[in-house]
Amino acid sequence: MADLPESPANGLPPLRIGDREFGSRLIMGTGGAENLAVLEEALVASGTELTTVAMRRVDAAGGTGVLDLLKRLDIMPLPNTAGCRTAAEAVLTANLAAEALGTTWVKLEVVADERTLLPDPIELLSAAEQLVDAGFTVLPYTNDDPVLARRLEDAGCAAVMPLGAPIGTGLGIGNPHNIEMIVGAAGVPVILDAGIGTASDAALAMELGCSAVLLATAVTRAKQPPLMAAAMADAVRAGLLARHAGRIPKRFWAQASSPSTP
Amino acid sequence: MTAMSIPIGVTVNGEDHEFAEPLTVRQLLERLALPCQGVAVAVDGAVFPKSRWDEQVGRGWTIEVLTAVQGG
Repeated sequence: MADLPESPANGLPPLRIGDREFGSRLIMGTGGAENLAVLEEALVASGTELTTVAMRRVDAAGGTGVLDLLKRLDIMPLPNTAGCRTAAEAVLTANLAAEALGTTWVKLEVVADERTLLPDPIELLSAAEQLVDAGFTVLPYTNDDPVLARRLEDAGCAAVMPLGAPIGTGLGIGNPHNIEMIVGAAGVPVILDAGIGTASDAALAMELGCSAVLLATAVTRAKQPPLMAAAMADAVRAGLLARHAGRIPKRFWAQASSPSTP
Repeated sequence: MTAMSIPIGVTVNGEDHEFAEPLTVRQLLERLALPCQGVAVAVDGAVFPKSRWDEQVGRGWTIEVLTAVQGG
């Protein structure tokens, strides 16, 4: 990024989650990449410092390739509980991730069904309460429901991560007003998670006041993942700057920007 | 045939295995060419922490060995 030392864009606050700070506000997922080489290019181009991984059975051939990659790139792994349908499954998966990765951070996912992959709010809140009690730093993937977001924050979650649209759809932010309401009420970072299709969606999330964006498919399944990763990094930054700059109010009639007298 | 001569049968990641001699969890991972770093072990649906990996594998255990993969 072409940053001049005197740029007014310098000095924007880093992303703070729990006791950690991140320079990048783009959190990446690793799902969907064709292979580790493409994933590596995309992660580097994204500038991300925090990236999700899933917990699955190890096989002798596959080994621990993704973890090794993240370690080499100095990216903090954020294990998720993808595939869990109940609070009990998610709590077990989080504990296994803590054991395998040596982190107590978890992206908490408890989905209701395979077709929508929408969070099950009741199981999600129950899992969040149990994991917070056990000392985890919990980042829950949640519906774009301001009430549920508040309940998750009250439970002690370190962030709330509302969806823009269902996972993998690329439909963008279906209900921007809900996202704004969540941001307005939240005392923890709001991270737009899921539904991002292209760069303008990520910029919009930041303009709405989100603290960060989490995405995977939009990059990993793009025709050129590294290029889209770079676009997302710029979009997140542009959206953050615009949010801080303060947009003009919308008007119905035109307002000349040149002097109206000759 | 004494009880001791019966092989130790376990299920690891969905596959059945039998071992003639007692072995620890750590030895089991090595025997199956599974990594010991970056993995977690669950036995019968509960976390089996690294601090216990030098304990012997029990007959009939259902063992899951998990690691981080691409996802999310």
